[in-house]
Amino acid sequence: MNNYDIDHIPREELKKLQSERLAAQVKRSYERVECFRNRMDEIGLKPDDIKGVEDLSKLPFSYKSDLRDYYPFGLFAEPMENVVRTHASSGTTGKRIVVGYTKRDLDMWAECIARMLKEIGVGKGDIAQISFGYGLFTGGFGAHAGAEMVGATVVPMSSGNTKLQIQTMIDFGVTLLFCTPSYALYLAEEAEKMGVKDKLKLKYGIFGAEPWTEKMRKDIEKELSIKAYDIYGLSEVLGPGVACECKEQAGMHIREDNFIAEIIDPDTGEVLPEGSTGELVFTSLTKEAFPVIRYRTRDICSLIYEPCKCGCTHIRMNKPTGRSDDMLIIRGVNVFPSQIEEVLLTNGYKANYQIIVDRVGNTDDFEVRVEMNSDNFSDSLGEISRMEKELVSSLKSMLGIQARVRLVTPKSIVRSEGKAVRVIDKRKL
Amino acid sequence: MLKQLSVFLENRSGQLVQITEILTKSSVNIRAINIAETNDYGVLRLVVDDNEKALSVLKDEGFIVKTANIVAAAVPDSVGGLNKLLLSISKHDIDIDYMYSIFGKSDGLAYMIFKVKNPDQLINVLQEDGYNIAGPDALGIN
Repeated sequence: MNNYDIDHIPREELKKLQSERLAAQVKRSYERVECFRNRMDEIGLKPDDIKGVEDLSKLPFSYKSDLRDYYPFGLFAEPMENVVRTHASSGTTGKRIVVGYTKRDLDMWAECIARMLKEIGVGKGDIAQISFGYGLFTGGFGAHAGAEMVGATVVPMSSGNTKLQIQTMIDFGVTLLFCTPSYALYLAEEAEKMGVKDKLKLKYGIFGAEPWTEKMRKDIEKELSIKAYDIYGLSEVLGPGVACECKEQAGMHIREDNFIAEIIDPDTGEVLPEGSTGELVFTSLTKEAFPVIRYRTRDICSLIYEPCKCGCTHIRMNKPTGRSDDMLIIRGVNVFPSQIEEVLLTNGYKANYQIIVDRVGNTDDFEVRVEMNSDNFSDSLGEISRMEKELVSSLKSMLGIQARVRLVTPKSIVRSEGKAVRVIDKRKL
Repeated sequence: MLKQLSVFLENRSGQLVQITEILTKSSVNIRAINIAETNDYGVLRLVVDDNEKALSVLKDEGFIVKTANIVAAAVPDSVGGLNKLLLSISKHDIDIDYMYSIFGKSDGLAYMIFKVKNPDQLINVLQEDGYNIAGPDALGIN
């Protein structure tokens, strides 16, 4: 399957295609997804009222909390026998959120990435090392399938074990690297330390899953002698690949044949004029197992409507500059303060804590400060350290990443106007 | 039974002096002190002349304080004195959580303070072996 031309489709035709697909997607979701049907009925909207993209703003929003409320499969629009894959992502509390894919959904995902790879020149003869995690998180899977689709040789490395990562890149002659941008810089640093940086054959890197800057891009490109591209996505909508950069490195093209993007005011829900900065909202047009209608990503960014020099007619998005909720992205993993609160309460601590995130070198430093209380205090240091370790491991199993716990004296966590400051993010991005 | 206070402290400058200031203002005399620390935090153990007062003033200042029973046994001031005492304890398979020392108020003796799971058992064992177990008076505790 080669959908390469879809990237150059004239805007008018694209709009027509989107309109047809939107009407069909709305009708299908209304018939199959109870949550969506209820929301439509509440505002007296019928699927027939949605004739094209100009009707999009009439539709109700959907939210991350819907995935929790309908956990695990309540929002699926296909019977389970047609769902060939599930992935999970962090919810705002202990419960993970689950998404599903049909065979066609997985093909579409792979194709979204394959289109990017073709455009930047990756194909047969290239060796792609996927250093995003492989597991419940969507991480490496889309990149894996996309690279295979263009005929590259895939090395499914997953994350961790940096020395082995570097050795493999050298031994296999890896030309394309997928990972988080901070890990790319870390790999460069370690390769330098091992004295093998000049043996790397990397040509391109595709980086995402966490915020990064143009300065970081320049550093990565210089340190690894590659071209570094940005990729965007979220599990609820698809996974990494919803939007991808082209050779121009001037914003990520949204795969508009599969997704419609809107920018809204996160407070009022109003659609903002072209070029405004606001919350990014996605509607899927072709997804079968887990369609989303006006899904609130909580990412703050702006869209670029001017034609791109690369010739692709699909609009571009700028890097998200922040969030409209309190989610943090630490080492590429989504972390909600409410998850930490839940762990503390289950472990017998009061929900009096502070999260301090910093970037030390190229890795995120993640500290959770917890106020000691008399129930958990013991005169034995061994006992305190045992409880501390227990807390660290509970946090790890909730969040998927390691946090450093720091026990502090009561009332030492700064409160401003009676409200504690829960998150201190010192990373300058 | 003798008591000690333990206080949770962060491992940073100014924490200890806060405690000694509070105790000084309340006219509490510290008789023995011991600190166990990690990089981030520590536990301060105190034997004071007025436990109740110390406990209440420290709690009022927001510190986390706990009380525990301890045993103080006189250590002979000669080579092998502590060794003999510890042999008495170990032959009964008693596990010492931690220990530190204190001087008698007026008898000039040195005492070892022991924190164990079962202080009554330790007192019996040591008394059987002829050791002098300190009461509050010997240590200057009200």
